[in-house]
Amino acid sequence: MSLLEVENLRTHFISRDIDNQIRVAEALNDVSFTLEAGKVLGFVGETGAGKSLTAQSICGLLRPPAKVICGRVTFDGHDLTAMPADDLNALRGAEIAMVVQNPRTSLDPLTRIVDQLVRIHQAHAGGPLAASRTRAMEMMEAVGIPDPKNRANAWPHELSGGMAQRVLIAMALMNNPKLLIADEPTTGLDVTVQAQILDLLKHLTERFGMAMIIITHDLGIVAHYSDEIAVMFAGTIVEAGPVSEVFEAPGHPYTRSLIAATPERLKVGGGAKLGGQPPDLYNLPSGCALRTRCVFASDVCATPPPRTRVGPDHDVNCHFAGDLPS
Amino acid sequence: MTAPVLTVEKLVKRFPAGRSGLFVNAVNSVDLSIAPGETLGMVGESGSGKSTIGRAILRLTEPTEGKITFDGRDITRIPDREIRPLRRDMQMVFQDPWSALNPRMRIGDLIAETMKLHLDLSKTERENRTVRLAERVHLRPEYLRRYSSDLSGGQLQRVCIARAIATNPKLIVLDEPTSSLDLSVRAEILDLLAEIREQSRAAMLFISHDLGTVRLISDRIVVLYLGAVVETAPGEALFADPAHPYSQSLLSAHLPADPEAKLSRHLLVGEIPSPINLPSGCTFHTRCPVAIGACRNEVPGAERIGDAEHYANCLRIAEGGNRIKPTEAA
Ligand SMILES: Nc1ncnc2c1ncn2[C@@H]1O[C@H](COP(=O)(O)OP(=O)(O)O)[C@@H](O)[C@H]1O
Ligand SMILES: Nc1ncnc2c1ncn2[C@@H]1O[C@H](COP(=O)(O)OP(=O)(O)O)[C@@H](O)[C@H]1O
Ligand SMILES: [Mg+2]
Ligand SMILES: [Mg+2]
Repeated sequence: MSLLEVENLRTHFISRDIDNQIRVAEALNDVSFTLEAGKVLGFVGETGAGKSLTAQSICGLLRPPAKVICGRVTFDGHDLTAMPADDLNALRGAEIAMVVQNPRTSLDPLTRIVDQLVRIHQAHAGGPLAASRTRAMEMMEAVGIPDPKNRANAWPHELSGGMAQRVLIAMALMNNPKLLIADEPTTGLDVTVQAQILDLLKHLTERFGMAMIIITHDLGIVAHYSDEIAVMFAGTIVEAGPVSEVFEAPGHPYTRSLIAATPERLKVGGGAKLGGQPPDLYNLPSGCALRTRCVFASDVCATPPPRTRVGPDHDVNCHFAGDLPS
Repeated sequence: MTAPVLTVEKLVKRFPAGRSGLFVNAVNSVDLSIAPGETLGMVGESGSGKSTIGRAILRLTEPTEGKITFDGRDITRIPDREIRPLRRDMQMVFQDPWSALNPRMRIGDLIAETMKLHLDLSKTERENRTVRLAERVHLRPEYLRRYSSDLSGGQLQRVCIARAIATNPKLIVLDEPTSSLDLSVRAEILDLLAEIREQSRAAMLFISHDLGTVRLISDRIVVLYLGAVVETAPGEALFADPAHPYSQSLLSAHLPADPEAKLSRHLLVGEIPSPINLPSGCTFHTRCPVAIGACRNEVPGAERIGDAEHYANCLRIAEGGNRIKPTEAA
C-alpha cells in the first residue's frame, strides 16, 4: 500500500453569474497519482495549472466556491474524502504538514516564534508544555536556525525571508509528519538561500523518513530534489514518472515544450515554442486541453487521451504517446 | 574600438534609512560600460542594487556620486526638463507589465503614446507605425483596439517592448522583464528580444536575478554583491570559470533543469549583511570561505583574468587563492 493514493480527483469552482446562471470552472480533472513513503514527488506546471489546488484538495483546505466533485484520497490507509472534518483537522498539521510560499504571511505576527512552535505541538500531541518547548528547540536546531535559544524569542517581523521559511519548516516538523507538502517553498527567495532551504528539506526527508510533495514551477528544483515528477496542465497530470526517465524521454508534447523552454535547453531565436494562452477553465475544449496549442494535434485529440505506459512507472496522457517523433 | 553608448563611473547611491540619520548604501562605486549594440547582463540577489543602478541610468533616481555618460553626453545632473527628451534614445521595460500600462487606454494608443511624445509624425504615419510595431512584437492587430485587461502577461510585455522600441532607442534598460512570466512565455519573450536586437542593434542592459536567463541573452555579464560589481565577464567565461568567490557560490547554487548535471556545492553560510552597515574592506569577506586578513581592510580593485574582457574584484586572485573547494551534494 502506498502512503498516498489519489484517484480521479475532480475539484471545480461552482458559482453563479450576474444572470444567476451556474458557472463551473473545471480546475482539477481526474488527478490520479500515488506516493510511496519516504519518496519525493515534484509537481510542475505553469501558473494556474492546479498544483496548489491539488494540495488543498488533498488536505481538505478548500474554501467555497471550490468543491471536490468526486475522487478519492487515501492516506496511510485512511480515506480522507470520507473523513469527518475534525479528524481531518487532527491529521493535518500532524501526519500531513504543509509549507507554503510567502513564509512571513504564514506566521502569526503577534506571537513569538517559539510559542508558535509550541502551540502547534500542543494542539496535536498535547503533553507537558516543557516537552513541547524542548521539541521546539530541537526542531529549530534541525532546520539550521543559528543560536536557537535567542532566536526562539524573536518576532516574525525580525526574521529574514530565509529564516522565516526555516521557522515554517520547523513548525511543519513539530509533530513528525509522514508527509510534507511544500508549495513553492523557495519562490521569492534568493538562489543561495533557495539552495540552503532545498538542501535542508532533502536532508530532513531522509533523516525523518518523510515523504514530500514539492510544488514548483522550476524544473531545476524537480530535477535535483525529487524522485518522481508529475507534470500538470489545465488541471490534469499529463505525464508522470521517475525524474530521470521523464527528463531523458519526455513523452507528452507539453512536457517537451516545458523542458525545451528551460534556460539549459532553450535556443534563443531557434525552434518553435509552445505559444498561446492557458485554456479557459470555464470552457475547456473536449478531449485533450492542449489540443488548440499542440503541433501534433489531430481530430482524435477531441476525445479524452488515454493514460499510456511508455516506460517503467512512466505514464503519458496523450493519444500519440510513444508515437511522437523524438 | 567604438565609443561606448553608456559609461557609468564610480556610481554611488545612498538612501536615507528612515529617520535614523543612517543611510542605505544601495550602490557603492560601480563602474560599467555598454558598447553600441551590446547586451550587458546584470545579476545579483535581491537588494544588490540592480534596479537602483538601472533607475540611476534612466535618471529615474538622482545619483549621489559618480558620473553617467550616455551617447557622449554627461547626463549625471541634467535638469528634469532634459530628461524627457532623453527617453527617446534610452527606453525601458520593467518586470510588471500590468502596472506599467494604463488600463484605461487602448493598446494601440499605448504604443502610439511614446511616438507622440518624441517623434514628429502625422496621425496616419503614427497609426501605420503602430501596426508595424505590433507586427514586430508578434501581437495580432486586433489587440490594438483592446485594453490591457484583455491581454495575458506575455502579451502585455510585448506591448511594453513595442513601446520601448517605437522611438528606435540606442539603449534599452530591461529590469527583470521575464521574471513574472511562466517558462514557455519567458522563452517567447527572450526570442523576441533577441530578434529585436538583431534588427535594431539597440544596446541593452538586461537586469535579472536569474542566472540562466541572463546567460541566454547577454554578451557580457556583471555580477553584483551589496551594490558593488564583483565580476565582469563574457557570458561563457563567467559560467566556465567564475573567478570571484561570490560568483562561484552563486553559480554553484544554480539548479540546471537536468537531473544528470552534477551539482558541485559550496553554499554560503549566513545571509547578505545589511547595506546600512557595510562590512569593511571587501564587503564579501564576512561570508567568504577564502577570505584572509587583508580582505577585512582593503577594497579590492578589478583584476584582469586571462586575456578576454574578464575582471574580478578579489584580493586573492593574484596568488590563485580565490578558488573555493567544492563539496558534492544532492
Ligand atoms: N474562486 C475561483 N473561481 C474560479 N477559478 C478559480 C478560483 N480560484 C482559483 N481558480 C483557478 O484554479 C486554477 C488552479 O489554481 P492553482 O492550483 O492555484 O494553480 P497553480 O498552483 O498551479 O498555479 C487556476 O486556473 C485558478 O484560476
Ligand atoms: N527608495 C528607496 N529608499 C530606501 N532604500 C531603497 C530605495 N530603493 C532601494 N532601496 C534599497 O537599496 C538596496 C538596493 O535595492 P535594489 O536596487 O532594488 O536592489 P535589486 O534590484 O538588486 O533587488 C536595497 O537594500 C533596497 O532596500
Ligand atoms: Mg500555486
Ligand atoms: Mg530589482
